[in-house]
Amino acid sequence: MAKGSTRARAGQGSWWAGLPGLAYLVALVLAPLVIIVIFSFLSRAKLGVGVKWEFTIQPYIELFYRESLSGERTFDPTYLQIFFNSVLYSLITAVVCLVLSVPIALWIATRPPKWRTLLVFLVTIPFWTSLLIRTYAFVIILNDNGPINGALQGLGIIGEPISMLYTPFATTVGLVYSFLPFMILPIYASAERFDFRLAEAAYDLGATKLTVLRRIVLPAVRPGVIAGFILVFIPALGSYLAPELLGGGKTSMIANVIAAQFGASRNWPFGAALSVMVLVIVMLALVAFAVIARRSSKRGSQQSLESLL
Amino acid sequence: MSTEAVPALRVQGVSKAFATPEGGEVRALDDVSLDVADGSFMVLLGPSGCGKTTLLRCIAGLESPDAGEITLRGERIDTVPVWKRRVNTVFQSYALFPHMTVTQNIAFGLQMDHLPKDEIARKVEQSLDLVKLTGLGGRRPHQLSGGQQQRVALARALAKEPEVLLLDEPLSALDLKLRRGMQLELKRLQQETHITFILVTHDQDEAMSMGDQVAVFNEGRIVQVGAPRDVYLRPRTKFVADFIGEANILDLTTEDTGAALASWGPIPTEAWASDSPAVGGTSRTVAVRPEDVLLSAEGNGRFSIVDATFIGGDLHAVVQVGDARLSARQPAAHSSGLTTGGRCEVTFRPGSLRIVEA
Amino acid sequence: MKSPRGTGASLKNFPLFGPMAAIVFGFLYIPLVFVVGYSFNSNRVVTVWKGFSLEWYADVLSNDDIQRAVINSLRVASISTVLSVLFATGLAIGLLRMARAGKTVAWSLIMAPLVIPEIVFAIGTLALFVQIRFPLGVDAITLAHTAFCIPFALLPIRARLRSVDLAVYEAAADLGANEWVIFRRITLPLLAPGIVAGALLAFIISLDDFIVSYFLAGAGGTTLPVYIFGMIRNAITPGVNALSTLLLLVSVVIVTISYIIARRKR
Repeated sequence: MAKGSTRARAGQGSWWAGLPGLAYLVALVLAPLVIIVIFSFLSRAKLGVGVKWEFTIQPYIELFYRESLSGERTFDPTYLQIFFNSVLYSLITAVVCLVLSVPIALWIATRPPKWRTLLVFLVTIPFWTSLLIRTYAFVIILNDNGPINGALQGLGIIGEPISMLYTPFATTVGLVYSFLPFMILPIYASAERFDFRLAEAAYDLGATKLTVLRRIVLPAVRPGVIAGFILVFIPALGSYLAPELLGGGKTSMIANVIAAQFGASRNWPFGAALSVMVLVIVMLALVAFAVIARRSSKRGSQQSLESLL
Repeated sequence: MSTEAVPALRVQGVSKAFATPEGGEVRALDDVSLDVADGSFMVLLGPSGCGKTTLLRCIAGLESPDAGEITLRGERIDTVPVWKRRVNTVFQSYALFPHMTVTQNIAFGLQMDHLPKDEIARKVEQSLDLVKLTGLGGRRPHQLSGGQQQRVALARALAKEPEVLLLDEPLSALDLKLRRGMQLELKRLQQETHITFILVTHDQDEAMSMGDQVAVFNEGRIVQVGAPRDVYLRPRTKFVADFIGEANILDLTTEDTGAALASWGPIPTEAWASDSPAVGGTSRTVAVRPEDVLLSAEGNGRFSIVDATFIGGDLHAVVQVGDARLSARQPAAHSSGLTTGGRCEVTFRPGSLRIVEA
Repeated sequence: MKSPRGTGASLKNFPLFGPMAAIVFGFLYIPLVFVVGYSFNSNRVVTVWKGFSLEWYADVLSNDDIQRAVINSLRVASISTVLSVLFATGLAIGLLRMARAGKTVAWSLIMAPLVIPEIVFAIGTLALFVQIRFPLGVDAITLAHTAFCIPFALLPIRARLRSVDLAVYEAAADLGANEWVIFRRITLPLLAPGIVAGALLAFIISLDDFIVSYFLAGAGGTTLPVYIFGMIRNAITPGVNALSTLLLLVSVVIVTISYIIARRKR
C-alpha cells in the first residue's frame, strides 16, 4: 500500500533554510566547546600562550592536588573551595533575587493591563544596558567616598566610612543587581497567567489576604519561580565582572580563575579543565531543574484546587 | 440521457495516508473516485476526519495523493504544482493576507497571472461587486467582520475565474443567521458564474440545501453520491441513513415468501420500498425514517410508548417494539391518545422500509 | 484578621507590595542615576560632588583612543547584527519545518551561548581562533558576537512567524505564487517587524558585550566596553562616568525604539 507521508505545506519554506545558521553555530559554538574539552587534556605550552600537543590529565589533577618542587602531591582544596564559593554565591544571589522579585512581580501583575506593559518595560530596560556599567555603578556607590558612606556620615550615624567595596557583600550586591530582571520577568509571566478568580473564590470562602497569598497565589507562580531560579543561578555561576570589580582579590569566583589562566597565569589547559568542570556543574544544575520542573508541573494545577478546599 | 460530457473534474482511485506521531499510519483517503459535472455544485459531506478535506486539498494541490489520478477537463492535474492549477480555494480560516488591503488581496492572484494593471483593477472592482463589498477595497482584513472577511476570500478566489472553486467548510465560523444568508449567497454566486463549486462540510442541512450533488464520505471512502433528495430518500448504507436525517435501524429476517419477520411478528410486503424489496431468507439491516413510523392508539396496543413529547406541532415518540426502540414523528393532529407510558399500534408507511448495507 | 471586603481592584492589592515594588524599582534605577549624575560632576574626585560640568564629556569625546574604540564597537555591532539577523531568519523558517529530533538539536545549539557561562564561550572562541591561526581583533570579535546574537535575533522573528496563520502561505500558493514569490511578497513583509526588533536587540547585545570582546580584542580590537573596563581597572577617572552615560543612553534609546515599534504593529 502507499507509504504514509508527512503533511505537505506549500509556501512555508523548507528546513534547509536553517542550515546556514546551524553550520555557523556548529563552527562558532560547538567547535569552541569541543576545543576546550580537547585542550583540557593537553599540556601547558612553554611560553604560556596556547598548548603543547601532548596528552595528559595533569590539568585535572591540578584541580585537586598541588605538586611541590620535590614532586610530592598534596591535596589542595583551593579550587574546590572556589567552586563551592561560586555555587554558594549563586545560590544566595538567587534567593535574594527571589525575595525581592516576588512582591514586584505580583504587584505589576495586579495592575490594570494598560500599565503592565509599561511597567514590565521599565523592569527590562536595565537588562538591556551593559553589564559592565551596571557593575561599575556599585563601585561608585559602595566606595569609601561614595554616596552611601557620605549619607551615613552626613547623618552622623558613623564617623569613619564603612569599607563596603571589595568584600563578599559587594560582590553579592553586584550579582543580585545584575540578575534581578531575570527573576522578575519569569515570575511576572507566571503571575500574569494566574486566574485571579481563584483568589476571589477564596476570599468569598472567608480567607484573609495573607492566606490567599500563601496558599493560592504563591503556589500558582511556582513555575515562574523555578524558571527564574534557573535563569539566575546558572549565569551567576559564570559571573566575571561582579567578583572582579566589586570583590577585589578576595571573592574570586570560577570565571575569575579561568580568566587568569588565559591571562597572567598562562596555563591554558588548566583553564580549559576548569571550564569543563563549570560546564559539568551547569549540566547537572539543568538536569536538576528539569526534574524539579517536571515534578512540580504534575502537582501544579492540583495545588490551587486543594488550597480552596 | 444527454451526450456524454467530459466532467469538469474527475477523481480516480485516489488514496492518501498520513504518518501518525506514534509511528503508525492513518488512511485518510482509500481508493476514492468521483466525477464532478461541469457547472455543478458538488458538496462533500461527512463527519470530521472522514477524508473530505483531504480530497479537497488533493484537488487543490496542497496535498499529493499516494495513488490515483485527478483530471481537470481531461488533463491530469495531480502532477501539476499547486500554483499552476486552474483551481482556487476558499480556506476555512479565510487566510487573507494581513499586511495587504482587500484590493491588494484580490489583486494578488491576478498579478500572479501577469495581467496588465488596468485589467487587474477592473477585475478587482468586478469581484468586489460580485460579493457585494463595493467600496471596501481600502480596508485591511482586521478591520472587517467575519462575514466580510469570508466574502473577500471568495472574491479573491473567484477573481481568477478558476475552472473549479474549492470551499473548505467556509460557513463553519459564522453564526446561524449569517450562515443561512451565506448559503443562499453561495448558491446564487455559483449559478451566476457557472463555475464548478466543490464545497466541504460536516453539516448535512447545508449539504442538502446548497448542493446539486452530494458525496457522502465515511472513513476515507465515498459511500454514496447523488442528488440531495435521492440520498435522503434512498440511503444505501446504514451510515448514510443515520448521518442524513434521522433513521431507525432494524435487523429483520425475510422469509422466502417475501414476508418480513420482525421480532414481534410479520410486516406486510407493501411496507418495503419498491426499489428495495425483501427477498430470500436472510437477516437484513433495514432503515426507516421516524416520519414513516406510524403510531395509533387504536387496535391491540401491542407496544408500550416509552416517551411521547409534543414539539412544535409534532409528536416525537419513542416506542418499545420487541427488543428494539423506534423513533416516531407524526403530526399532533393524528396523535390523540398517545401518551408516555401508554400503548399503541405500529405500522410503517408503504414503501418506507429500505434495506441498507450495514 | 478579617477577610477583606471590597471590589476587584482593592482585592488585588496585597499588603506592602506597592512600597516594596517601589523600592525594587528604585534599586534597579538609582545606581544608573548615580553614574549619570556623577558624569556631570566637575570634581576630579569622582564621588564627591562639587559642581555641574560638561568637561568630562568634552574630554572623552575628543580622545583618539576612545574614538577608535567607539568605531570598533559600531563596526562590530553593525556587522554582527546583519549576519545574526540573516542566520536567525533562516533558522526561524527552518525550525518551523524541522522534525522533532532535528529541532531539539537545533535549539540546543541556538540556546547554548545563553546557557553556557560567557567566560567559557569567550575562552573557547579564543582557543579556536588561536588554533586555526585566525587573527584576533575586530573581525574575531564580530564572528563571536554574531554567534551569541543569533538567539536574541531569533526570538522576535520566530514569534512573528508563528503568529501568522499557516493557511496564508497555502492561499498564496493556491493563487499562483511559487516559493520565491511567496517568500518575497508574503513571508518577508510579514516577518519585517520581527526582523527589525531582532536587529535592534542584536545590536544592543553586541554593543554592550564585555567578556568576549575582552579576550578577542588582540592588539587593535578594543571596543568601547573593553576600554571602559580598562579605565575602571587602572584608575577611576571621571571620564568613565561620561562614557558610561553615553553608552547607557544609546542602549536605552534603542530599547525604547524597539518597544515603540512593537506596540505600533499591534
